[in-house]
Amino acid sequence: MCLSVIGGTYVLLIVAMLLADATYMADQTFTAAARAEHPLRAVLTQNPITVALADAKIRHSIWLSLISCTLAAVISLVVAVPLGYLLARHEFRGKRLLDAVLDIPIVLPPLVVGLSLLILFQFPPFSWSARSIVYQVPAVVIAQFSVACAFAVRTMKSTFDHINPRCEHVAVTLGCSRAQAFGMVVLPEASRGMMTALTLAWARALGEFGPLLIFAGTTRMKTEVLSTSVFLEMNVGNIEAAVAVSLIMVAAAIAVLVITRVWGVRDAGL
Amino acid sequence: MIDLDNISVQAGQFRLDAVSLTVPTGRYGVLMGKTGSGKTTLLESVLGLRSIISGRIRLGDEDVTALNPAVRGIGYVPQDGALFSRMNVRDHLSFALDIRRVDRKTAEARVAELADMLHITPLLDRTPLGLSGGERQRVALGRALSFRPQILCLDEPLSALDTDTRLQMCELLEDVRRRTGVTTLHVTHNLDEAERLADCLFRITDGKIETSKPSAH
Repeated sequence: MCLSVIGGTYVLLIVAMLLADATYMADQTFTAAARAEHPLRAVLTQNPITVALADAKIRHSIWLSLISCTLAAVISLVVAVPLGYLLARHEFRGKRLLDAVLDIPIVLPPLVVGLSLLILFQFPPFSWSARSIVYQVPAVVIAQFSVACAFAVRTMKSTFDHINPRCEHVAVTLGCSRAQAFGMVVLPEASRGMMTALTLAWARALGEFGPLLIFAGTTRMKTEVLSTSVFLEMNVGNIEAAVAVSLIMVAAAIAVLVITRVWGVRDAGL
Repeated sequence: MIDLDNISVQAGQFRLDAVSLTVPTGRYGVLMGKTGSGKTTLLESVLGLRSIISGRIRLGDEDVTALNPAVRGIGYVPQDGALFSRMNVRDHLSFALDIRRVDRKTAEARVAELADMLHITPLLDRTPLGLSGGERQRVALGRALSFRPQILCLDEPLSALDTDTRLQMCELLEDVRRRTGVTTLHVTHNLDEAERLADCLFRITDGKIETSKPSAH
């Protein structure tokens, strides 16, 4: 009973936060509708989300978010699959150190990640390409990747941990090379975990802000992504737009979750 | 023939030293021993999944000590079946044939033949999800036999089955052996199973292997 109250309070907090956003949005919409000549049309055209979507800066931010998050998530997965496999299947000197290093992006304050990236690009060979990366669009992807990848690696390690190593052994005795066993047996077994890692990395990248602020800047129509938009709109006191962008992010996150769950369930043949 | 000659092998802290064992061609060898006695370690050495420190392993006339598992040509059935969850039963039976680029018609005929021998024809389009323990082991056995290996290694294949299913599987293993003449090394800790199936019985105790004739064979 006590446990369910403690757990329930947290769930309630999550739901209440989302409800508060939605209520605030509805309140703004109805206020706008009450003032308008055509209240029904005003609900559709003057609610904060529609107003935000009409803004070219926000549309640019949405597109950049979609593209950068997808790129960061895909690169994270490409790195996380071999790294997760190495950690799950092999024993080697320095494994515990590697494991600890991979936790650094998770435990480090986000601003420090950004600052460290910025400092890194002062030194060769990184400094050679700093002009076309720092405070430019590639910096957005790099900042998102540097944090999101750590979560993808953790997910992939746990995925490979749960795959029976005997499956690979059998594949090898059936005539597969190690690479064939990995490609034909292990990767298909890991497909759900890969989908989860991709989604998690995407969601992390979408919510990334601290490293972006320092490493990519917050230039409108250039390096502005959704989380930056919320910050910029709040800075100029436009709370309606900030909440509207937040709700767009909530919708994107929910869409990704739903897609993953539906995919997962269909995949399991249920 | 499976011939282990003075094998030394290590698995973590566990070590077996200078053990030997021979299963003549076409015979059914059963290796018995308590949990942790090194049965599986020894089987993995035969399969090539674990490298040995010293000694020689010969299969038939060939010294396979230095060969990797893919070219040893041994059918392997692990304890839990280790079926591939993303493949259906048909894909399991044709997996080794696809790797060997066997033409489609021959592969289909082989799959049908195996499914008939193992009584799994109605299961061919099912995935491992929802198969019973006995059915899973039949599929694992079919997968191991698909490429007509000369040697078959079974690692406690019946240990997770109920008594009735175990008896049926014993009958099936006897039938498979009659039909294929495959040389088998079967690891178990069940005496009934061992005495029923074995042509040659090996007991592994305190790192030593004793060979005995099964009493009920």
